[in-house]
Amino acid sequence: MLHRLTITGLAGRLASGEVSATDALEACLAQVDRVDGEVKAFLSMDREDARRQAREADVELAAGRGGGTRPLLGVPIALKDVLCHRGQPVGCASRILEGYVSPYDATVVARLKAAGAVLFGRLNMDEFAMGSSTENSAYWTTLNPWDTARIPGGSSGGCAAAVAANEAFATIGSDTGGSIRQPAALCGCVGLKPTYGRVSRHGLVAFASSLDQIGPFTKTVGDAALVMEAISGHDPLDSTSLDEPVPRYREALGGASLKGVKLGVVKEFQLGGMDPEVDAAFRAAVRHLEGLGAAVREVSLPHSEHAAATYYIIAPAEASANLARFDGVRYGRRMEGVDAFELNSKTRGAGFGPEVKRRVILGTYVLSSGYYDAYYLRAQKVRALIRGDFERAFGEVDAIVTPTTPTPAFKVGEKASDPLQMYLSDIFTISCNLAGNCGMSVPCGFTRSPRLPVGMQLLGRPLGEAELFRIAHAYEQTTAWHREVAPLG
Amino acid sequence: MSDFNIHYVARLARLELTPEEEARLGGQLDNILGYIAMLREVDVTGVEPMSHAFPLTNVSRPDEPGESLLHDDAMRNAPSRSGGLFVVPKIVE
Repeated sequence: MLHRLTITGLAGRLASGEVSATDALEACLAQVDRVDGEVKAFLSMDREDARRQAREADVELAAGRGGGTRPLLGVPIALKDVLCHRGQPVGCASRILEGYVSPYDATVVARLKAAGAVLFGRLNMDEFAMGSSTENSAYWTTLNPWDTARIPGGSSGGCAAAVAANEAFATIGSDTGGSIRQPAALCGCVGLKPTYGRVSRHGLVAFASSLDQIGPFTKTVGDAALVMEAISGHDPLDSTSLDEPVPRYREALGGASLKGVKLGVVKEFQLGGMDPEVDAAFRAAVRHLEGLGAAVREVSLPHSEHAAATYYIIAPAEASANLARFDGVRYGRRMEGVDAFELNSKTRGAGFGPEVKRRVILGTYVLSSGYYDAYYLRAQKVRALIRGDFERAFGEVDAIVTPTTPTPAFKVGEKASDPLQMYLSDIFTISCNLAGNCGMSVPCGFTRSPRLPVGMQLLGRPLGEAELFRIAHAYEQTTAWHREVAPLG
Repeated sequence: MSDFNIHYVARLARLELTPEEEARLGGQLDNILGYIAMLREVDVTGVEPMSHAFPLTNVSRPDEPGESLLHDDAMRNAPSRSGGLFVVPKIVE
């Protein structure tokens, strides 16, 4: 049952020599062999490269070089197919990047290596991180380890499913409008979207540069704190990364008391259309936080009803600019044409899937001459109002607590034909990216039949990750939801 | 959106669509544009547009030589290359 350990549990056994890094990796690979035929979280895996890393970690462990600055020495961690890992493929689950091999390491990858992690496997996602279910992957749909008739959420669905299925001790994903928190909620794991600029985006294939952040999926809050210490911090290669010291997040993990902590519930998020069991689990979680000593009051985010519309202007606009680089010239697939225009257009027509095409068209339109002011400029102004709402709310409370999603995991195909309905499944997570705050999802219950995880979202101030860890850890220590194991775990 | 011409916008985006794709995407985009039109109701008088969460200006790093990607590594993923250059159709007559 080695594969079911937390990172913290594994690290203790690695340090004592009770198990080796090779044992830990083989436990993950055996679990992949056992369940990934059904879950389909991994797009590919270089087992020999992973085994080499594990052997090297074992040499280091034997020499007593773990702990300290290498807290992840020998810990197997897998990556979303959007992060560059030198010598390994990266494809964003898109046909247009088929065959692409990263010539360099993303900064998070370099930092994970420096902390000693054993990196293995490319995790499935919605193509270019555009989607909420992995149904937009050009390859296949990943399935939820709690119920394989259902989606795992997205876009980082492979990341969440792999942790829920205990195929990896942690995974690293990206979140542009909820792509870490929503799948973490639907698969029953912990997922954190850090404050914008907390983690370097160098080597992350860009979707919407002013919204994208990289963050961890883990089995516990403590593990998320551990991974965040390893990957956070300023990077000269990402000019938007914040030059702020990285707190020792594990020291923020205190006891079970939340006395003196002020929490807000959002007036505007108490909407119709919420799944009753999700709503009940969320309300029970809020009562539980009150029972730990937190003071809960209502806060208002009056512009949140416009967050989805704002997001679906700004994100596609930035995506249409970022994805212009896939032109069939410098990398990726190429369809020949009589001139450059035809080469570009045919390459992109053949290489991009339907959702990517939808967003490139939408983004191009809202930025085009005559429409820029009406759509993009107006959306940027509403974005400022949304951020102002959060600033006012964080003047009253230390953190905001919401359901992560309005419903539990939905069935494969249920929303695939209606893009707008799919977009609205991110209603609670989107505004955090627009404002640049941090947000975290933690397990807070289950629906009855079928038994599906429910997530609670904690939203914090800019650079307020330590506060979120404290609150989430107090909740986790006094509840048992995170200990439940998926049928395919 | 009566003025939304998908054929024209796809051309701006250098994205070749089949007639079926144009019909399907066009309908879906009408729906999405109808939804995002709600922003017209928001009073944005006097609001400064926000392009980034934390406006950092003129970020630079010391201009010092350092390691960078080797030419061959940068070219390795190109679908067509010759003599250390990317090959494209003739652009200038």
